[in-house]
Amino acid sequence: MNWKTFYALLQRDGHIARRNLIPSLMQTMLQPLLLTFVFGRILTTGGMMNMGFKNVLLPGIMAISMVLSGVQAVAMPLIAEFQFTKEIEDRLLAPIDNYWLAVEKVVAGMVQAIISGLVVLPAAWLTMGSGVNISFQHPLEFAVIAVLVAAIAGTGGLLLGCSVGQTQIGLMFSMVIAPMMMFGCAYYPWSFLKAYPGLQYAVLINPLVYASEGLRGSLTTNVEHMPLLAVIAALAVFNVAFMAMGLKKFQKKAVS
Amino acid sequence: MAVGIRTEKLRKVYDTPPPSAARGGGFTYTPSFKRSKEKKKFEVVALEDLSLEIKPGEIFGLLGPNGAGKSTTIGILTTRTEPTSGRAFIGEHDVWREQVKAKRLIGVVPQRPNLDFALTAREILTFHGAYFGQSAKDRNRRAEELLEKFKLTDRADQLCRGFSGGMMQRLSIARAMMHDPEVLFLDEPSAGLDPQTRLLLWEIIREYNRQGKTIVLTTHYMDEADSLCERLAIIDHGKKIAEGAPQALKSSIPGGYLLRLRFNRVPEELPAQIRAMDGVSEVRVKETSADVYADRGGPLIAPIVNAAQAAGAELKDVSIGEPSLETLFLHHTGRSLRD
Repeated sequence: MNWKTFYALLQRDGHIARRNLIPSLMQTMLQPLLLTFVFGRILTTGGMMNMGFKNVLLPGIMAISMVLSGVQAVAMPLIAEFQFTKEIEDRLLAPIDNYWLAVEKVVAGMVQAIISGLVVLPAAWLTMGSGVNISFQHPLEFAVIAVLVAAIAGTGGLLLGCSVGQTQIGLMFSMVIAPMMMFGCAYYPWSFLKAYPGLQYAVLINPLVYASEGLRGSLTTNVEHMPLLAVIAALAVFNVAFMAMGLKKFQKKAVS
Repeated sequence: MAVGIRTEKLRKVYDTPPPSAARGGGFTYTPSFKRSKEKKKFEVVALEDLSLEIKPGEIFGLLGPNGAGKSTTIGILTTRTEPTSGRAFIGEHDVWREQVKAKRLIGVVPQRPNLDFALTAREILTFHGAYFGQSAKDRNRRAEELLEKFKLTDRADQLCRGFSGGMMQRLSIARAMMHDPEVLFLDEPSAGLDPQTRLLLWEIIREYNRQGKTIVLTTHYMDEADSLCERLAIIDHGKKIAEGAPQALKSSIPGGYLLRLRFNRVPEELPAQIRAMDGVSEVRVKETSADVYADRGGPLIAPIVNAAQAAGAELKDVSIGEPSLETLFLHHTGRSLRD
């Protein structure tokens, strides 16, 4: 393992992310924040929604923002750089084993996801105004789950980025990302799906479910949620699976 | 310490269309699908038992038409393509088993610029230096030198996305030299360059070679192979058809000279008379001109003039073509390099 090279690769991604900070924040934050404003503020203040919905929504928005920003930070450049320009080749020729480049991409995605989470949590809180009831009574669980969610974003981004071609990006958003967000239990607790037993178990293949439930469980006190240990275990399993599949696909793409 | 290169019976079969870089500019391959009960199978044999021995510190050329397997060879030697069988060595390192060690020794200029479009020209060089563990001071100094050398200083802090093709090519070469590699691979380095830049490039390659570095380049320009390379291998359809110094290769073919003659008229008996002269292997007459293939050039002029005069014809124009790699390729494959 060649740490100098790994660090330089990470620095390169950081350099570009800093250069594109404002546009990429807008890209990943604006939509969740607008949604927060409509559902968490207008509809609750107007009485269409119960005030308690704010507590359900806030952790969900955080989960969505983290996953989206991490996936995009990893998948989009990978898709572009594996295209015919093969921009990634200069890094594949760096003196380090190819799979470390994939690992580096995942780490860079994790960092971006965590930054997103740290920005969106207070921003969404402010947007919702009064009546939010968030507690940090489980800081350790919260930190572990946040890191695992960030890792899901990174490994998921790697897997998607190596599976999808440039022409299929639109399709990826409508076929993968959109259903993932709607059935990710970000806007409602998982227990609300009880009325649809088939669906309730089908959504369990969606890692966002565990992200939303986990953050909800560690940030709120009076909302029903999955047991945190189950959430942590599920996130860990998804991480290992995504990483293994992503690495395999990456290696295949990296070498002809 | 110059580093040599060796390949042993390299074979590469693509089961998906080969990567665009290895396909050659503009070359398209029409796969021959065999209909069977199984899935359609795509198979292209790009290399067939290619063994090469490139000596430390030499400029070695791979010459061949588009799709001959040049880029695939470079791809295997630079860890970008996995050989189906056979082995490749940079120095004593097996390229496929000791990739990181091999990568440290090589610099690569791809056929199509694969620059990091998110960065400026200077950043491309400094980050490249950083990947290879150069200190900040070293890489800034070296980047400055190379920008100067490749005449990119005034655009150094612009994103390379907007560069012209020639500038991208120069930047690619600068990047490949950034970490001072022992072996420099250039895949079609002068494709798309204007003649002046091409000469500049040749000079830079020679200068780099004088520092004891090994240079491997692919080309389908015969003059480039001829004037730049100390030794070369001619490959076609993934097979090596000749290897050696350009001069030795050229003199290895019989009838390598081509005399193009123009007369006021060609008397009937003249072609046969010329054909009968010592060293002439073929005469092709077309209206008032004749192409004579022979193993000598100048010495044939006097007898030809005499024979023409005796037959009542006058020689108007003569040009002598020396043995060329083109003729060599033609000799071995029956096709022109440009086909």
